[in-house]
Amino acid sequence: MANYLFIESRDPYGSNDTQFCCDLAKQLAQQGDAVTVFLVQNGVFPARAGARADELSALAKAGIEILADEFSLRERGIPTDRLTAGVKPAPLDVVIDRLADGCKAIWH
Amino acid sequence: MADKKTLTFALMDPPYENARSTTALRLINIAAKRGYDINVFAYEGSVFLAFAMQKPHPNAMHGRNVEEENHVLTKELVSSLMQEAMRNGGKIDWVNCGLCVDERGAVEAVEGVRRGSPADFLKMAASSDNTLVIGTRG
Repeated sequence: MANYLFIESRDPYGSNDTQFCCDLAKQLAQQGDAVTVFLVQNGVFPARAGARADELSALAKAGIEILADEFSLRERGIPTDRLTAGVKPAPLDVVIDRLADGCKAIWH
Repeated sequence: MADKKTLTFALMDPPYENARSTTALRLINIAAKRGYDINVFAYEGSVFLAFAMQKPHPNAMHGRNVEEENHVLTKELVSSLMQEAMRNGGKIDWVNCGLCVDERGAVEAVEGVRRGSPADFLKMAASSDNTLVIGTRG
């Protein structure tokens, strides 16, 4: 089993290629790999409660850990208690933690 | 430091254009505070992050002089990251892609930045615990 970290910096409202990242994450999780999706920059927009976030819901259902960069949330005025189900706020340090642990990291 | 790590970052974006540069510098800062050894391969427009000729400017639109504008210069951020790494027992090996530098005229870089090639990136990645490529948006 491998550990994967997807760093998603794009949001589905301004980019038409975020589905690829979610699909790949789900496929890896389905084959038994440990997958985390870390939302950063505009990537945190779909994490707002009430936002259209079908992809994030699908990731959560697949058992994928979804984290949202606290700084990016704060920059965009998104309170951490107003995140959609399955998304947890986290410091950017998590990315360095995972890199240091040898996680396979993919920036998108 | 028993758990000292070496991380490599490949950057491509120029400063002052998008949030990727900010996030990249934030990541390097976290690693520097931990005393990690850090390799940075600056490719394409990111060679301007450490460009020594950057200058602060006033903002006439907002009626602010140079001091009031307090403009952030990425060359100073690069230098301070190097100092931060050293303070914590680590180091930053920052390599600017030489071809990218030449075609952009970004020859002057702050102290500690050296010139190299993608072959250096390969060596960096091969000798690191992990590598993160922060690519320009395609």
